[in-house]
Amino acid sequence: MNISAILTAVAVVGGVGLFLGIFLGIASIVFKVEVDEKEEAVLGVLPGNNCGGCGYPGCSGLAAAIAKGEAAVNACPVGGDAVGKKVAAIMGVEAGETIRMTAFVRCQGDSERATRNYEYTGVEDCSMIKYVPDGGAKSCNHGCLGYGNCADACPFGAITVRNGVAVVDKEKCKACGKCIAACPKHLIELIPYDAKTVVACSSCDRGPVTMKACKTGCIGCGLCVKACPVDAITVDAFHAHIDQSKCTGCGACKEKCPKKAIIDFS
Amino acid sequence: MLDVVKDLLILLVGSSLVSNVVLSQFLGLCPFLGVSKKVDTAAGMGGAVIFVITIASAVAAVIYKFILVRFDITYLQTIVFILVIAALVQFVEMFLKKFVPALYQALGVYLPLITTNCAVLGIALTNVQKNYGIGFSIASGLFTAVGFMIAIVILAGIREKMEYNDIPESFQGMPIVLITAGLMAIAFCGFSGLL
Repeated sequence: MNISAILTAVAVVGGVGLFLGIFLGIASIVFKVEVDEKEEAVLGVLPGNNCGGCGYPGCSGLAAAIAKGEAAVNACPVGGDAVGKKVAAIMGVEAGETIRMTAFVRCQGDSERATRNYEYTGVEDCSMIKYVPDGGAKSCNHGCLGYGNCADACPFGAITVRNGVAVVDKEKCKACGKCIAACPKHLIELIPYDAKTVVACSSCDRGPVTMKACKTGCIGCGLCVKACPVDAITVDAFHAHIDQSKCTGCGACKEKCPKKAIIDFS
Repeated sequence: MLDVVKDLLILLVGSSLVSNVVLSQFLGLCPFLGVSKKVDTAAGMGGAVIFVITIASAVAAVIYKFILVRFDITYLQTIVFILVIAALVQFVEMFLKKFVPALYQALGVYLPLITTNCAVLGIALTNVQKNYGIGFSIASGLFTAVGFMIAIVILAGIREKMEYNDIPESFQGMPIVLITAGLMAIAFCGFSGLL
């Protein structure tokens, strides 16, 4: 039994371990990166979903930007007013009022309203179906495909596909904007949570084409433009659009719309 | 001089393709399966692995030559290498955070993950087994890590395509990835004719 061999082994491994320990200890002091206290406090009150709705890479990215003063204190679309106020308290500034936004799918062409050119059985993924003949089985080239890429993208489970059309639950929606990026038909837009009247169609085909494709498609007739007392509606490319900042929610356009494409948003 | 270049070329083909670290030595499977969902994250992981393995092979070779051989305790190589590699990754992380924050951000979470990548330890041990000198150890580490990057980027590319395929329910998720990895390993067998 060679006792010195054991001692050498212990000494060398122990020595290496000790050296590394001290080395790392010194390194952690030498290479210390100053972390802004405010940044950590801000990160603490942010929701922590890392959804990226603010445009920064995750909550820590936004916290860093807020601490540096590059982003507004209420830049988090998910937390809304409540989080904005907390962040403002940490940063010592006044939070402006944030308008709560919600996602809205501009289509109501479900299986009863929209006609179909053929029966589709294949990959159930909107971004792929976009490339099948006629851009999907529905006659309307602009409508919801109904295979729920937006629902898959939603981190909050706010979107469900009902009868072939995606529907946003506006109570659950945090307006992070993930669904907007996921929709290959660009149907989803952010509108104020309090919006009263919306155009639930995105077709920019000519009237007769839209008329054949869907029972509730906007044909661009312009009756709503004439009906609107505050000039909030414009028709561009056979498609009506309501400027929500002007809309008073009087409902005159809804009454006049011959295709019932303008609906109450509730 | 020519001999060295020739040896290095053989080492390049040999360790990156023929005996690919993942597909024929089955080392580093954890990040290979875990971080191969998207091509860009896979490439990030590959870059981090190249970086760490190259440095780790150099340090391990130096420690082997000047400490373990000298005190005649080469049988302790495994435990000493584990110590050194873990500390090294920690140190590299601190160093990058301070001086190259851009690279630190890019590598992100992958850097600490590499501590648990057995390919790093595996390569340090293989270098010792094959009696490589310090220079060749570094080259071998670099080339092997390039092999890891090739494998993980290819798998990530295949997995991105696979997202859209209709996979039988019992094969969804990890099973189909393992089958894909197996098929890739068979394909990489074809490279054995190169040397």
